[in-house]
Amino acid sequence: MAYVDAPSTERPPAAARRRWTGARVIGLLLMVLWALLGVSIVYMLIVGYDPEKVAKYGPRIVQGIWVTLHLVTMSLLLGAVISIPVAAGRMSANPVIGGIAFGYSYFFRGTPLLAQTFLVYYGAGQFTDALKAVGLWVFFRDAYFCAVLTFSLNTAAYQAEILAGAIRAVPAGQWQAADSLGLRHFTTMRKVILPQALITALRPYGNEVILMIKASAIASIITVLDLMGQTRYVFSKTYDLQVYIWAAVIYLATVEVLRRLWELMERRLTRHLRR
Amino acid sequence: MANYMQLLSFGDSGWGDELARGVLVTVTLALATLPLGLLIGFLIAVAKNSSEPLLRNAAHVYTTIFRGLPELLTLFLIYYGGQMAMSALWRLLFGTPFEINSYLAGMIALALVFSSYASEVFLSAFKGITLGQYEGAYALGLSRSRTMLLVILPQLVRLALPGLSNLWLNLLKDTSLVSVIGLSDLLRNTNIAVGVTKQAFFFFFVACSLYLVMSIISSFGLRRVSAWAERGEGRR
Repeated sequence: MAYVDAPSTERPPAAARRRWTGARVIGLLLMVLWALLGVSIVYMLIVGYDPEKVAKYGPRIVQGIWVTLHLVTMSLLLGAVISIPVAAGRMSANPVIGGIAFGYSYFFRGTPLLAQTFLVYYGAGQFTDALKAVGLWVFFRDAYFCAVLTFSLNTAAYQAEILAGAIRAVPAGQWQAADSLGLRHFTTMRKVILPQALITALRPYGNEVILMIKASAIASIITVLDLMGQTRYVFSKTYDLQVYIWAAVIYLATVEVLRRLWELMERRLTRHLRR
Repeated sequence: MANYMQLLSFGDSGWGDELARGVLVTVTLALATLPLGLLIGFLIAVAKNSSEPLLRNAAHVYTTIFRGLPELLTLFLIYYGGQMAMSALWRLLFGTPFEINSYLAGMIALALVFSSYASEVFLSAFKGITLGQYEGAYALGLSRSRTMLLVILPQLVRLALPGLSNLWLNLLKDTSLVSVIGLSDLLRNTNIAVGVTKQAFFFFFVACSLYLVMSIISSFGLRRVSAWAERGEGRR
Protein backbone atom coordinates (compact mmCIF):
# COMPACT_ATOMS: atom_id res chain seq x y z
CA MET A 1 0.00 0.00 0.00
CA ALA A 2 1.31 3.45 -0.85
CA TYR A 3 2.20 5.46 2.16
CA VAL A 4 2.59 9.24 2.02
CA ASP A 5 4.48 10.66 5.00
CA ALA A 6 4.74 14.31 4.05
CA PRO A 7 1.45 16.11 3.57
CA SER A 8 1.09 16.79 -0.10
CA THR A 9 0.85 20.36 -1.22
CA GLU A 10 -0.96 19.28 -4.33
CA ARG A 11 -4.67 19.66 -4.43
CA PRO A 12 -6.56 16.51 -5.19
CA PRO A 13 -7.26 16.40 -8.91
CA ALA A 14 -10.61 17.78 -9.88
CA ALA A 15 -13.08 15.09 -10.81
CA ALA A 16 -12.67 14.55 -14.53
CA ARG A 17 -15.55 16.21 -16.27
CA ARG A 18 -17.20 13.95 -18.77
CA ARG A 19 -16.90 15.72 -22.05
CA TRP A 20 -18.95 15.21 -25.14
CA THR A 21 -16.36 13.29 -27.10
CA GLY A 22 -17.11 11.95 -30.55
CA ALA A 23 -17.21 8.39 -29.22
CA ARG A 24 -19.76 9.40 -26.63
CA VAL A 25 -22.03 11.08 -29.15
CA ILE A 26 -21.89 8.10 -31.49
CA GLY A 27 -22.45 5.73 -28.55
CA LEU A 28 -25.47 7.68 -27.42
CA LEU A 29 -26.88 7.79 -30.95
CA LEU A 30 -26.45 4.06 -31.37
CA MET A 31 -28.03 3.33 -28.00
CA VAL A 32 -30.97 5.56 -28.91
CA LEU A 33 -31.23 3.67 -32.19
CA TRP A 34 -31.29 0.33 -30.38
CA ALA A 35 -33.83 1.66 -27.87
CA LEU A 36 -36.03 2.91 -30.72
CA LEU A 37 -35.79 -0.46 -32.42
CA GLY A 38 -36.63 -2.25 -29.17
CA VAL A 39 -39.54 0.06 -28.40
CA SER A 40 -40.94 -0.23 -31.92
CA ILE A 41 -40.76 -4.02 -31.74
CA VAL A 42 -42.53 -4.06 -28.37
CA TYR A 43 -45.07 -1.56 -29.73
CA MET A 44 -45.61 -3.70 -32.80
CA LEU A 45 -46.14 -6.77 -30.64
CA ILE A 46 -48.61 -4.95 -28.36
CA VAL A 47 -50.58 -3.22 -31.10
CA GLY A 48 -50.58 -6.29 -33.27
CA TYR A 49 -51.66 -8.52 -30.38
CA ASP A 50 -54.55 -10.51 -31.72
CA PRO A 51 -56.15 -12.88 -29.17
CA GLU A 52 -57.71 -14.89 -31.96
CA LYS A 53 -54.37 -15.55 -33.66
CA VAL A 54 -52.64 -16.25 -30.37
CA ALA A 55 -55.34 -18.75 -29.41
CA LYS A 56 -55.14 -20.36 -32.83
CA TYR A 57 -51.38 -20.43 -33.38
CA GLY A 58 -49.94 -20.04 -29.86
CA PRO A 59 -50.11 -23.77 -29.06
CA ARG A 60 -48.32 -24.52 -32.34
CA ILE A 61 -45.40 -22.29 -31.34
CA VAL A 62 -45.21 -23.86 -27.88
CA GLN A 63 -45.20 -27.29 -29.48
CA GLY A 64 -42.48 -26.10 -31.83
CA ILE A 65 -40.32 -25.09 -28.87
CA TRP A 66 -40.65 -28.60 -27.45
CA VAL A 67 -39.76 -30.19 -30.76
CA THR A 68 -36.67 -27.96 -31.03
CA LEU A 69 -35.55 -28.78 -27.50
CA HIS A 70 -36.11 -32.49 -28.06
CA LEU A 71 -34.32 -32.42 -31.40
CA VAL A 72 -31.32 -30.58 -29.95
CA THR A 73 -31.07 -32.77 -26.84
CA MET A 74 -31.31 -36.00 -28.81
CA SER A 75 -28.74 -34.84 -31.37
CA LEU A 76 -26.28 -33.63 -28.75
CA LEU A 77 -26.50 -36.84 -26.71
CA LEU A 78 -26.27 -39.14 -29.72
CA GLY A 79 -23.48 -36.97 -31.10
CA ALA A 80 -21.59 -37.25 -27.81
CA VAL A 81 -21.80 -41.05 -28.02
CA ILE A 82 -20.63 -41.12 -31.65
CA SER A 83 -17.88 -38.61 -30.93
CA ILE A 84 -16.05 -40.97 -28.56
CA PRO A 85 -14.88 -43.48 -31.19
CA VAL A 86 -14.22 -40.63 -33.64
CA ALA A 87 -12.06 -38.84 -31.08
CA ALA A 88 -10.27 -42.09 -30.32
CA GLY A 89 -9.66 -42.48 -34.06
CA ARG A 90 -8.38 -38.90 -34.36
CA MET A 91 -5.77 -39.67 -31.68
CA SER A 92 -4.92 -43.14 -32.93
CA ALA A 93 -1.36 -43.87 -34.02
CA ASN A 94 -2.69 -46.18 -36.73
CA PRO A 95 -2.69 -44.15 -39.98
CA VAL A 96 -5.68 -46.02 -41.45
CA ILE A 97 -7.93 -45.46 -38.44
CA GLY A 98 -6.62 -41.91 -38.07
CA GLY A 99 -7.31 -41.26 -41.75
CA ILE A 100 -10.87 -42.55 -41.55
CA ALA A 101 -11.61 -40.43 -38.47
CA PHE A 102 -10.02 -37.41 -40.14
CA GLY A 103 -12.07 -37.95 -43.28
CA TYR A 104 -15.28 -38.22 -41.27
CA SER A 105 -14.49 -35.10 -39.33
CA TYR A 106 -13.38 -33.17 -42.41
CA PHE A 107 -16.49 -34.09 -44.39
CA PHE A 108 -18.97 -33.11 -41.69
CA ARG A 109 -17.15 -29.94 -40.74
CA GLY A 110 -16.36 -28.86 -44.28
CA THR A 111 -19.81 -29.10 -45.85
CA PRO A 112 -22.95 -27.13 -45.02
CA LEU A 113 -25.34 -28.77 -42.58
CA LEU A 114 -28.19 -28.02 -44.97
CA ALA A 115 -26.52 -30.01 -47.74
CA GLN A 116 -25.87 -32.91 -45.34
CA THR A 117 -29.51 -32.87 -44.27
CA PHE A 118 -30.64 -33.00 -47.90
CA LEU A 119 -28.15 -35.79 -48.55
CA VAL A 120 -29.65 -37.95 -45.79
CA TYR A 121 -33.32 -37.04 -46.19
CA TYR A 122 -33.69 -36.94 -49.97
CA GLY A 123 -30.73 -39.21 -50.62
CA ALA A 124 -32.40 -41.99 -48.64
CA GLY A 125 -35.30 -41.79 -51.07
CA GLN A 126 -33.03 -43.10 -53.80
CA PHE A 127 -32.51 -46.33 -51.84
CA THR A 128 -36.14 -46.88 -50.86
CA ASP A 129 -36.17 -50.54 -51.92
CA ALA A 130 -32.94 -51.45 -50.17
CA LEU A 131 -34.03 -49.64 -47.00
CA LYS A 132 -37.43 -51.33 -47.10
CA ALA A 133 -35.71 -54.70 -47.43
CA VAL A 134 -33.75 -54.17 -44.20
CA GLY A 135 -36.70 -52.56 -42.43
CA LEU A 136 -35.10 -49.15 -42.00
CA TRP A 137 -37.43 -47.28 -44.34
CA VAL A 138 -39.80 -46.44 -41.47
CA PHE A 139 -37.03 -44.30 -40.02
CA PHE A 140 -35.73 -42.67 -43.17
CA ARG A 141 -39.25 -41.80 -44.30
CA ASP A 142 -39.53 -39.62 -41.22
CA ALA A 143 -38.07 -36.11 -41.58
CA TYR A 144 -37.61 -35.81 -37.82
CA PHE A 145 -35.50 -38.95 -37.66
CA CYS A 146 -33.39 -37.81 -40.60
CA ALA A 147 -32.82 -34.46 -38.90
CA VAL A 148 -31.72 -36.15 -35.65
CA LEU A 149 -29.43 -38.50 -37.57
CA THR A 150 -27.78 -35.74 -39.62
CA PHE A 151 -27.40 -33.38 -36.67
CA SER A 152 -25.92 -36.17 -34.52
CA LEU A 153 -23.38 -37.08 -37.18
CA ASN A 154 -22.56 -33.40 -37.67
CA THR A 155 -22.16 -32.49 -34.02
CA ALA A 156 -20.21 -35.72 -33.42
CA ALA A 157 -17.52 -34.44 -35.78
CA TYR A 158 -17.25 -31.15 -33.89
CA GLN A 159 -17.46 -32.79 -30.46
CA ALA A 160 -14.76 -35.28 -31.45
CA GLU A 161 -12.43 -32.41 -32.31
CA ILE A 162 -13.22 -30.72 -28.99
CA LEU A 163 -12.63 -33.92 -27.05
CA ALA A 164 -9.45 -34.90 -28.88
CA GLY A 165 -8.08 -31.37 -28.56
CA ALA A 166 -8.81 -31.27 -24.84
CA ILE A 167 -7.18 -34.65 -24.23
CA ARG A 168 -4.12 -33.60 -26.21
CA ALA A 169 -3.92 -30.43 -24.10
CA VAL A 170 -3.39 -32.45 -20.90
CA PRO A 171 0.36 -32.31 -20.19
CA ALA A 172 2.31 -35.51 -20.91
CA GLY A 173 3.58 -35.49 -17.33
CA GLN A 174 0.13 -36.58 -16.19
CA TRP A 175 0.41 -39.72 -18.32
CA GLN A 176 3.93 -40.42 -17.09
CA ALA A 177 2.97 -39.90 -13.46
CA ALA A 178 0.02 -42.27 -13.80
CA ASP A 179 2.28 -44.79 -15.56
CA SER A 180 4.84 -44.66 -12.79
CA LEU A 181 2.05 -45.28 -10.27
CA GLY A 182 1.23 -48.43 -12.20
CA LEU A 183 -2.23 -47.37 -13.34
CA ARG A 184 -3.64 -49.16 -16.33
CA HIS A 185 -4.22 -47.17 -19.54
CA PHE A 186 -8.00 -47.23 -19.14
CA THR A 187 -7.86 -46.18 -15.50
CA THR A 188 -5.44 -43.38 -16.31
CA MET A 189 -7.80 -42.13 -18.98
CA ARG A 190 -10.88 -42.29 -16.78
CA LYS A 191 -9.47 -41.06 -13.49
CA VAL A 192 -6.60 -38.78 -14.46
CA ILE A 193 -6.83 -37.49 -18.01
CA LEU A 194 -10.56 -37.14 -18.70
CA PRO A 195 -11.43 -35.10 -15.58
CA GLN A 196 -8.78 -32.56 -16.56
CA ALA A 197 -9.62 -32.65 -20.25
CA LEU A 198 -13.34 -32.14 -19.69
CA ILE A 199 -12.64 -28.94 -17.75
CA THR A 200 -10.75 -27.58 -20.76
CA ALA A 201 -13.53 -28.78 -23.03
CA LEU A 202 -16.29 -27.16 -21.01
CA ARG A 203 -16.33 -23.85 -22.86
CA PRO A 204 -16.16 -25.29 -26.39
CA TYR A 205 -18.90 -27.76 -25.44
CA GLY A 206 -21.07 -24.86 -24.36
CA ASN A 207 -20.45 -23.15 -27.68
CA GLU A 208 -21.37 -26.35 -29.49
CA VAL A 209 -24.68 -26.57 -27.60
CA ILE A 210 -25.53 -23.02 -28.64
CA LEU A 211 -24.47 -23.64 -32.24
CA MET A 212 -26.66 -26.74 -32.29
CA ILE A 213 -29.71 -24.82 -31.06
CA LYS A 214 -29.18 -22.30 -33.83
CA ALA A 215 -28.47 -24.93 -36.46
CA SER A 216 -31.59 -26.89 -35.51
CA ALA A 217 -33.62 -24.25 -37.37
CA ILE A 218 -32.40 -25.96 -40.54
CA ALA A 219 -34.64 -28.93 -39.77
CA SER A 220 -37.61 -26.75 -40.70
CA ILE A 221 -36.51 -26.87 -44.34
CA ILE A 222 -37.12 -30.62 -44.53
CA THR A 223 -40.64 -30.13 -43.10
CA VAL A 224 -39.83 -30.81 -39.43
CA LEU A 225 -42.22 -28.66 -37.39
CA ASP A 226 -39.75 -27.34 -34.85
CA LEU A 227 -39.94 -23.73 -33.59
CA MET A 228 -38.69 -22.46 -36.95
CA GLY A 229 -40.96 -24.83 -38.85
CA GLN A 230 -44.07 -23.77 -36.95
CA THR A 231 -43.03 -20.14 -37.37
CA ARG A 232 -42.75 -20.60 -41.11
CA TYR A 233 -46.13 -22.36 -41.16
CA VAL A 234 -47.86 -19.58 -39.21
CA PHE A 235 -46.21 -16.94 -41.40
CA SER A 236 -47.44 -18.69 -44.54
CA LYS A 237 -50.99 -18.68 -43.11
CA THR A 238 -51.11 -15.16 -41.66
CA TYR A 239 -48.39 -13.30 -43.57
CA ASP A 240 -47.77 -11.51 -40.27
CA LEU A 241 -44.14 -10.67 -39.53
CA GLN A 242 -44.84 -10.69 -35.78
CA VAL A 243 -44.44 -14.42 -35.62
CA TYR A 244 -40.83 -14.13 -36.84
CA ILE A 245 -40.18 -11.52 -34.16
CA TRP A 246 -41.60 -13.86 -31.53
CA ALA A 247 -39.42 -16.68 -32.80
CA ALA A 248 -36.39 -14.39 -32.67
CA VAL A 249 -37.20 -13.41 -29.09
CA ILE A 250 -37.59 -17.07 -28.08
CA TYR A 251 -34.34 -18.17 -29.75
CA LEU A 252 -32.43 -15.22 -28.28
CA ALA A 253 -33.82 -15.83 -24.80
CA THR A 254 -32.99 -19.55 -24.97
CA VAL A 255 -29.45 -18.94 -26.14
CA GLU A 256 -28.82 -16.15 -23.63
CA VAL A 257 -30.21 -18.11 -20.66
CA LEU A 258 -28.19 -21.15 -21.65
CA ARG A 259 -25.03 -19.11 -22.07
CA ARG A 260 -25.44 -17.58 -18.61
CA LEU A 261 -26.21 -20.94 -17.00
CA TRP A 262 -23.20 -22.49 -18.69
CA GLU A 263 -21.00 -19.68 -17.41
CA LEU A 264 -22.26 -20.25 -13.86
CA MET A 265 -21.65 -23.98 -14.16
CA GLU A 266 -18.16 -23.39 -15.51
CA ARG A 267 -17.34 -21.02 -12.69
CA ARG A 268 -18.59 -23.56 -10.15
CA LEU A 269 -16.66 -26.45 -11.69
CA THR A 270 -13.40 -24.54 -12.03
CA ARG A 271 -13.47 -22.88 -8.61
CA HIS A 272 -10.48 -24.97 -7.47
CA LEU A 273 -8.40 -23.56 -10.34
CA ARG A 274 -8.85 -19.94 -9.41
CA ARG A 275 -6.79 -18.14 -6.86
CA MET B 1 -20.67 -44.91 -64.12
CA ALA B 2 -21.00 -43.60 -67.68
CA ASN B 3 -24.56 -42.75 -66.72
CA TYR B 4 -23.33 -40.56 -63.87
CA MET B 5 -20.72 -38.90 -66.06
CA GLN B 6 -23.52 -38.09 -68.47
CA LEU B 7 -25.50 -36.46 -65.63
CA LEU B 8 -22.56 -34.21 -64.81
CA SER B 9 -21.71 -33.29 -68.39
CA PHE B 10 -21.99 -29.73 -69.60
CA GLY B 11 -24.68 -28.82 -72.09
CA ASP B 12 -28.32 -29.76 -72.48
CA SER B 13 -28.14 -33.36 -71.35
CA GLY B 14 -26.14 -32.86 -68.17
CA TRP B 15 -26.17 -30.71 -65.10
CA GLY B 16 -22.49 -29.79 -65.02
CA ASP B 17 -23.01 -26.24 -66.26
CA GLU B 18 -25.89 -25.61 -63.82
CA LEU B 19 -23.76 -26.80 -60.91
CA ALA B 20 -20.81 -24.72 -62.10
CA ARG B 21 -23.02 -21.65 -62.27
CA GLY B 22 -24.23 -22.44 -58.75
CA VAL B 23 -20.64 -22.65 -57.50
CA LEU B 24 -20.00 -19.26 -59.08
CA VAL B 25 -22.99 -17.71 -57.28
CA THR B 26 -21.93 -19.28 -53.97
CA VAL B 27 -18.36 -18.03 -54.29
CA THR B 28 -19.28 -14.53 -55.44
CA LEU B 29 -21.84 -14.19 -52.67
CA ALA B 30 -19.26 -15.18 -50.05
CA LEU B 31 -16.64 -12.89 -51.61
CA ALA B 32 -19.09 -9.99 -51.77
CA THR B 33 -20.07 -10.49 -48.14
CA LEU B 34 -16.49 -10.71 -46.87
CA PRO B 35 -15.39 -7.03 -47.13
CA LEU B 36 -18.70 -5.81 -45.74
CA GLY B 37 -18.54 -8.23 -42.83
CA LEU B 38 -14.90 -7.45 -42.12
CA LEU B 39 -15.52 -3.71 -42.14
CA ILE B 40 -18.57 -3.87 -39.84
CA GLY B 41 -16.83 -6.40 -37.60
CA PHE B 42 -13.76 -4.19 -37.30
CA LEU B 43 -15.84 -1.11 -36.44
CA ILE B 44 -17.81 -3.08 -33.84
CA ALA B 45 -14.54 -4.31 -32.31
CA VAL B 46 -13.21 -0.75 -32.14
CA ALA B 47 -16.46 0.27 -30.43
CA LYS B 48 -16.15 -2.61 -27.94
CA ASN B 49 -12.60 -1.50 -27.23
CA SER B 50 -13.66 2.07 -26.57
CA SER B 51 -13.42 3.69 -23.15
CA GLU B 52 -16.93 5.03 -23.63
CA PRO B 53 -19.46 2.72 -21.92
CA LEU B 54 -22.37 3.78 -24.14
CA LEU B 55 -20.47 2.83 -27.27
CA ARG B 56 -19.34 -0.49 -25.74
CA ASN B 57 -22.88 -1.40 -24.74
CA ALA B 58 -24.28 -0.54 -28.16
CA ALA B 59 -21.70 -2.85 -29.72
CA HIS B 60 -22.45 -5.64 -27.26
CA VAL B 61 -26.17 -5.48 -28.04
CA TYR B 62 -25.33 -5.97 -31.72
CA THR B 63 -23.19 -9.05 -31.05
CA THR B 64 -25.67 -10.57 -28.63
CA ILE B 65 -28.48 -10.31 -31.16
CA PHE B 66 -26.72 -11.59 -34.26
CA ARG B 67 -24.76 -14.32 -32.53
CA GLY B 68 -27.84 -15.55 -30.70
CA LEU B 69 -30.24 -15.75 -33.63
CA PRO B 70 -30.20 -18.75 -35.94
CA GLU B 71 -28.67 -17.71 -39.28
CA LEU B 72 -31.77 -18.93 -41.06
CA LEU B 73 -34.01 -16.72 -38.93
CA THR B 74 -31.79 -13.68 -39.53
CA LEU B 75 -32.06 -14.37 -43.23
CA PHE B 76 -35.87 -14.59 -43.11
CA LEU B 77 -36.13 -11.49 -40.94
CA ILE B 78 -34.03 -9.51 -43.42
CA TYR B 79 -35.77 -10.98 -46.45
CA TYR B 80 -39.41 -10.70 -45.35
CA GLY B 81 -38.97 -7.80 -42.94
CA GLY B 82 -36.88 -5.90 -45.46
CA GLN B 83 -39.44 -6.68 -48.13
CA MET B 84 -42.29 -5.32 -46.02
CA ALA B 85 -40.44 -2.23 -44.81
CA MET B 86 -39.06 -1.38 -48.23
CA SER B 87 -42.33 -1.88 -50.05
CA ALA B 88 -44.14 0.32 -47.52
CA LEU B 89 -41.48 2.98 -48.03
CA TRP B 90 -41.50 2.59 -51.80
CA ARG B 91 -45.26 2.88 -51.99
CA LEU B 92 -45.09 6.03 -49.93
CA LEU B 93 -42.37 7.55 -52.11
CA PHE B 94 -43.05 6.31 -55.62
CA GLY B 95 -46.37 4.51 -55.47
CA THR B 96 -44.86 1.40 -57.08
CA PRO B 97 -44.36 -2.07 -55.55
CA PHE B 98 -40.87 -3.09 -54.54
CA GLU B 99 -39.23 -6.47 -54.92
CA ILE B 100 -36.29 -7.12 -52.60
CA ASN B 101 -33.35 -8.80 -54.22
CA SER B 102 -32.64 -12.18 -52.62
CA TYR B 103 -28.93 -11.76 -53.39
CA LEU B 104 -28.87 -8.48 -51.45
CA ALA B 105 -30.93 -9.91 -48.58
CA GLY B 106 -28.57 -12.88 -48.36
CA MET B 107 -25.55 -10.63 -48.45
CA ILE B 108 -26.87 -8.39 -45.66
CA ALA B 109 -27.92 -11.30 -43.43
CA LEU B 110 -24.60 -13.11 -43.89
CA ALA B 111 -22.67 -9.89 -43.26
CA LEU B 112 -24.58 -9.32 -40.01
CA VAL B 113 -23.74 -12.81 -38.78
CA PHE B 114 -20.14 -12.71 -40.02
CA SER B 115 -19.44 -9.29 -38.54
CA SER B 116 -20.74 -10.16 -35.09
CA TYR B 117 -18.38 -13.14 -34.92
CA ALA B 118 -15.55 -11.20 -36.57
CA SER B 119 -15.85 -8.44 -33.98
CA GLU B 120 -15.04 -10.98 -31.25
CA VAL B 121 -12.01 -12.18 -33.22
CA PHE B 122 -10.79 -8.60 -33.73
CA LEU B 123 -11.44 -7.80 -30.07
CA SER B 124 -9.25 -10.63 -28.83
CA ALA B 125 -6.62 -9.62 -31.38
CA PHE B 126 -6.74 -6.08 -29.97
CA LYS B 127 -6.01 -7.54 -26.54
CA GLY B 128 -2.87 -9.12 -27.99
CA ILE B 129 -1.40 -5.72 -28.86
CA THR B 130 0.39 -4.08 -25.96
CA LEU B 131 -0.28 -0.54 -24.83
CA GLY B 132 3.35 0.31 -25.62
CA GLN B 133 2.57 0.14 -29.32
CA TYR B 134 0.02 2.95 -28.98
CA GLU B 135 2.30 4.94 -26.67
CA GLY B 136 5.25 4.54 -29.01
CA ALA B 137 3.19 5.73 -31.96
CA TYR B 138 1.83 8.72 -30.05
CA ALA B 139 5.36 9.57 -28.89
CA LEU B 140 6.39 9.67 -32.54
CA GLY B 141 3.63 12.20 -33.11
CA LEU B 142 1.31 10.00 -35.14
CA SER B 143 -2.34 10.94 -34.97
CA ARG B 144 -4.89 8.47 -33.61
CA SER B 145 -6.12 7.43 -37.03
CA ARG B 146 -2.62 7.03 -38.44
CA THR B 147 -1.61 5.01 -35.36
CA MET B 148 -4.54 2.69 -36.00
CA LEU B 149 -3.86 2.42 -39.71
CA LEU B 150 -0.05 2.17 -39.76
CA VAL B 151 0.85 0.58 -36.43
CA ILE B 152 -2.09 -1.36 -34.98
CA LEU B 153 -3.88 -2.68 -38.05
CA PRO B 154 -0.90 -4.53 -39.58
CA GLN B 155 -0.35 -6.37 -36.28
CA LEU B 156 -4.07 -6.92 -35.85
CA VAL B 157 -4.31 -8.70 -39.20
CA ARG B 158 -1.66 -11.20 -38.16
CA LEU B 159 -3.31 -11.88 -34.79
CA ALA B 160 -6.83 -12.09 -36.15
CA LEU B 161 -6.08 -14.20 -39.20
CA PRO B 162 -6.54 -17.69 -37.69
CA GLY B 163 -9.95 -16.74 -36.30
CA LEU B 164 -10.97 -14.99 -39.49
CA SER B 165 -9.96 -18.03 -41.55
CA ASN B 166 -12.43 -20.14 -39.59
CA LEU B 167 -15.11 -17.51 -40.09
CA TRP B 168 -14.49 -17.48 -43.84
CA LEU B 169 -15.00 -21.26 -43.98
CA ASN B 170 -18.21 -20.84 -41.97
CA LEU B 171 -19.35 -18.09 -44.30
CA LEU B 172 -18.79 -20.34 -47.30
CA LYS B 173 -21.01 -22.97 -45.69
CA ASP B 174 -23.63 -20.48 -44.53
CA THR B 175 -24.17 -19.26 -48.09
CA SER B 176 -26.06 -22.51 -48.66
CA LEU B 177 -28.93 -21.03 -46.62
CA VAL B 178 -29.74 -18.47 -49.32
CA SER B 179 -30.98 -21.33 -51.50
CA VAL B 180 -34.06 -21.26 -49.25
CA ILE B 181 -35.01 -17.73 -50.32
CA GLY B 182 -34.66 -18.64 -53.96
CA LEU B 183 -31.14 -17.60 -54.93
CA SER B 184 -29.69 -19.99 -57.52
CA ASP B 185 -26.63 -20.99 -55.56
CA LEU B 186 -24.98 -24.39 -55.68
CA LEU B 187 -27.47 -26.06 -53.36
CA ARG B 188 -30.55 -24.73 -55.11
CA ASN B 189 -29.31 -25.76 -58.53
CA THR B 190 -28.57 -29.17 -57.07
CA ASN B 191 -32.12 -29.31 -55.78
CA ILE B 192 -33.42 -28.55 -59.26
CA ALA B 193 -31.22 -31.26 -60.74
CA VAL B 194 -32.57 -33.71 -58.16
CA GLY B 195 -36.13 -32.73 -58.94
CA VAL B 196 -35.63 -33.56 -62.61
CA THR B 197 -33.35 -36.61 -62.45
CA LYS B 198 -34.47 -38.17 -59.11
CA GLN B 199 -30.81 -38.96 -58.39
CA ALA B 200 -30.91 -37.35 -54.95
CA PHE B 201 -28.04 -39.10 -53.22
CA PHE B 202 -25.70 -38.73 -56.16
CA PHE B 203 -26.32 -35.04 -56.70
CA PHE B 204 -26.25 -34.03 -53.05
CA PHE B 205 -23.05 -35.99 -52.65
CA VAL B 206 -21.58 -34.09 -55.59
CA ALA B 207 -22.74 -30.81 -54.02
CA CYS B 208 -21.12 -31.74 -50.70
CA SER B 209 -17.91 -32.63 -52.51
CA LEU B 210 -17.93 -29.29 -54.32
CA TYR B 211 -18.30 -27.49 -50.98
CA LEU B 212 -15.37 -29.56 -49.68
CA VAL B 213 -13.27 -28.61 -52.70
CA MET B 214 -14.09 -24.96 -52.12
CA SER B 215 -13.00 -25.17 -48.51
CA ILE B 216 -9.81 -27.06 -49.43
CA ILE B 217 -8.91 -24.40 -51.99
CA SER B 218 -9.70 -21.72 -49.40
CA SER B 219 -7.43 -23.44 -46.88
CA PHE B 220 -4.55 -23.31 -49.35
CA GLY B 221 -5.27 -19.67 -50.11
CA LEU B 222 -5.51 -18.82 -46.43
CA ARG B 223 -2.20 -20.52 -45.75
CA ARG B 224 -0.60 -18.22 -48.32
CA VAL B 225 -2.25 -15.20 -46.72
CA SER B 226 -1.06 -16.19 -43.25
CA ALA B 227 2.47 -16.76 -44.54
CA TRP B 228 2.28 -13.23 -45.96
CA ALA B 229 0.93 -11.81 -42.70
CA GLU B 230 3.69 -13.46 -40.69
CA ARG B 231 6.47 -12.48 -43.08
CA GLY B 232 8.11 -10.29 -40.44
CA GLU B 233 7.94 -12.89 -37.70
CA GLY B 234 10.79 -15.22 -38.60
CA ARG B 235 13.46 -12.54 -38.47
CA ARG B 236 12.99 -11.69 -34.83
